[in-house]
Amino acid sequence: MADKVILLSSWVSAFGLRVQIALAEKEVDYEFREENLFDKSPLLLELNPVHKKIPVLIHNGKPVCESSVIIQYIDEVWTNGPSLLPQDPLQRANARFWADFVDKMIYQCGSRVWKNKGDAQAAAKKELIGILKQLEGELGEKPFFGGETLGYVDIVLVPFSSWFYTYETFGGFSIEKECPKLLAWVRRCNERESVSKVLPDRHKVYERTCGLKKRLGLE
Amino acid sequence: MAGGQELKLLGLWASPFVLRSRIALNLKGVGYEFLEEVPGTKSELLLRSNPVYKKMPVLIHNGKPICESMIIVQYIDGVWDAAGPSILPSDPYDRAIARFWAVYIDDKWFPSLIKIIKAKADDEETAEAREQVIAGLQLLEEAFEKCSKGKDFFGGESVGYLDIAFGCYWGWLKAGEKMAGIKLLDEEKTPLLMGWAERFCSADAVKELMPEVDQLVEFGNMIRARQNAAAAN
Repeated sequence: MADKVILLSSWVSAFGLRVQIALAEKEVDYEFREENLFDKSPLLLELNPVHKKIPVLIHNGKPVCESSVIIQYIDEVWTNGPSLLPQDPLQRANARFWADFVDKMIYQCGSRVWKNKGDAQAAAKKELIGILKQLEGELGEKPFFGGETLGYVDIVLVPFSSWFYTYETFGGFSIEKECPKLLAWVRRCNERESVSKVLPDRHKVYERTCGLKKRLGLE
Repeated sequence: MAGGQELKLLGLWASPFVLRSRIALNLKGVGYEFLEEVPGTKSELLLRSNPVYKKMPVLIHNGKPICESMIIVQYIDGVWDAAGPSILPSDPYDRAIARFWAVYIDDKWFPSLIKIIKAKADDEETAEAREQVIAGLQLLEEAFEKCSKGKDFFGGESVGYLDIAFGCYWGWLKAGEKMAGIKLLDEEKTPLLMGWAERFCSADAVKELMPEVDQLVEFGNMIRARQNAAAAN
């Protein structure tokens, strides 16, 4: 029986994009359904009643929610492709730790950079730079967080790179200047089709954020 | 525990997060050195081993630190996979469901419980937190029915990932009721959870570790008094 895979997501969601990269790495065929986050589909509301959020992976009719949970599910089900998480328990724990760090830190801090002004924005900017520097430290001299190849942490983090231009423009700083090794890593990730074909154009993300700010009355 | 392995756990008896690690180690029959932190202070070993968050628990295995409670549980399950039943479900979909609920419990449910534990007055915020905790318990009642498939635990026949994730909070749930003077548990609304909690708390791997509710209340009041004193200064 052929697998039927559907992904409910949005082109601009860093959490959804990471799932798309994971599916591409495993060469899984799937149907992408774009959700309007201001007008969520009945299917989304039915399959993720607890959070009503994207992404939701639907595998042969069964929903999986929470992007980090989805990626681990993909890695465990489609075992013929490259392994996304390390086999060694200690390395696996380390990968989970840093993916969790990305999840706890970047979205909420980055959001504060583009949503706020003045002192609040300056504080968020400083915090964001600190977070990115910590990640740069963890990357070290490795080509990828996963070592020689793209892995779990790379997949979880790289979609946020489409948001860098937005953070930089609103915050008035250069991530390349602050974290050059991280930008080199972003370029390296984009050499893989699974990443380059999925990530949205940074200017489109910026335009969309400007529109969102207006809509939320945050001008 | 295999010869030559060094296993230490940095923690505190009252911490639900530390309790998770201890239950997992008990399930695998693994011996370890428990290094108890002093409440209100952080040891140099803790700061060195968890520089990112400076929090417990930290498991130190042959000198290598592992942080974040559910990551530690999965690590223990992975390293000692031959010792004792698997903590994570074997089926990938069941695993995804267990992981989903563990995230929900930590990200959404427990923060509401903390509000109740810390509540200074029976105000609107506390009332809202109470509604959220109760609604969460209802969701978990339904989740238990689906996950247990008629067996004793979320994990089925034995204590598993989601049992550990949720069960560690049971003492604080009851302590919260006492501290705030409000009822959160209802035998009629969540009968399955009540039955499960009794089995969980009396399970071999758990029973000696679960703190007494009155001790938690005393601990909670002590922390609160300390925080009030610090705020006043």
